[in-house]
Amino acid sequence: MIDPVTLWTVMIGLGLGSFALRFAFLGIVGDRPMPAWLLRHLRYTAVAILPAMVAPLVVWPAATGGEPDLARMAAAAVTLVVGLMWKNVLTAILSGATTLFVLLWLTAV
Amino acid sequence: MPSTTPKTRTRASAYWKGLADGAPFLLVVMPFATLFGVLATEAGLNVLETLLFSAMVFAGAAQFTALQLMQENAPTLVVLASALAVNLRVAMYSAALTPWIGAAPLWQRAIAAYFIVDQSYACSVMQFEKEPGMTIPQRMAYFIGVLTFIVPLWYICTGFGAVVGTQIPDSWALDFALPITFLAMVAPMLRSAPHVIAALVGIVVSLLAAGVPYSLGLIIAGTLGMITGARAEQWFEARKVPR
Repeated sequence: MIDPVTLWTVMIGLGLGSFALRFAFLGIVGDRPMPAWLLRHLRYTAVAILPAMVAPLVVWPAATGGEPDLARMAAAAVTLVVGLMWKNVLTAILSGATTLFVLLWLTAV
Repeated sequence: MPSTTPKTRTRASAYWKGLADGAPFLLVVMPFATLFGVLATEAGLNVLETLLFSAMVFAGAAQFTALQLMQENAPTLVVLASALAVNLRVAMYSAALTPWIGAAPLWQRAIAAYFIVDQSYACSVMQFEKEPGMTIPQRMAYFIGVLTFIVPLWYICTGFGAVVGTQIPDSWALDFALPITFLAMVAPMLRSAPHVIAALVGIVVSLLAAGVPYSLGLIIAGTLGMITGARAEQWFEARKVPR
């Protein structure tokens, strides 16, 4: 059970903090030009941090208690390959989800 | 494929384009929001608290991080710092959107800021780069279009998850909605060697730094990946290696 004071402190603090992060550049910098080095780094932000967030979840999924799992690894690989080949987010998600469900079903039988 | 003839776009057509581009993400947003609702009730939050959590923070990954750490009885400051660290990427999204919509009126930027999430950022930057001739109001219309379905369904599905609570069977493997979504979003972005290098560095460092406490491994991995990507771009530019 989570202590209500902690919960509300976290909710309000995280709400304000997240808004501050989102407003930082868009609100305060506005249309002033930004330096080339900053823009160059920003180009690689999403492409670095999203795979970094996913990697441990693929290799050590919480649902299996951190044990590497064939179905989840295969689903991740299929999602990535389909996404690379067809450049379509939805196709990639559906392929990955299908792979996951089929393999989970096969390994459960 | 860049078109040779300049596209004429109206504010309405920009809105509808955004709506169409955002719609596929519902398949991702809906299970993700539902999952948050389910896990929050399992952690002891009531339906109202769960809904307010989603409405106030509006950042799935940070919400999951905060929830997880609160259940582990981590100190409040650690919970906040870790969840904000996971959410640091929205500051980078904010900066990435600034060249495109930074000239919009302040009140519009303040509202848009709240709605900066992975999906609105990814769709918008991709679209604005593809059609650099769009005006500021057209870009805002596109941005709103992307969010039209995503935002209400984020709230509704959080509430739905909170209400159905623990009744969802584990066999649905909702835990894996996040990895599949993020991988599907990233794959089409890997369009040049520096992008691939940035992603690989992010993955390797993240796995090596998995033992670093409080999700800080993610920040380290993301930062190193970003810097490596930028360096690689300069390296390839200097050598004019075809990419």
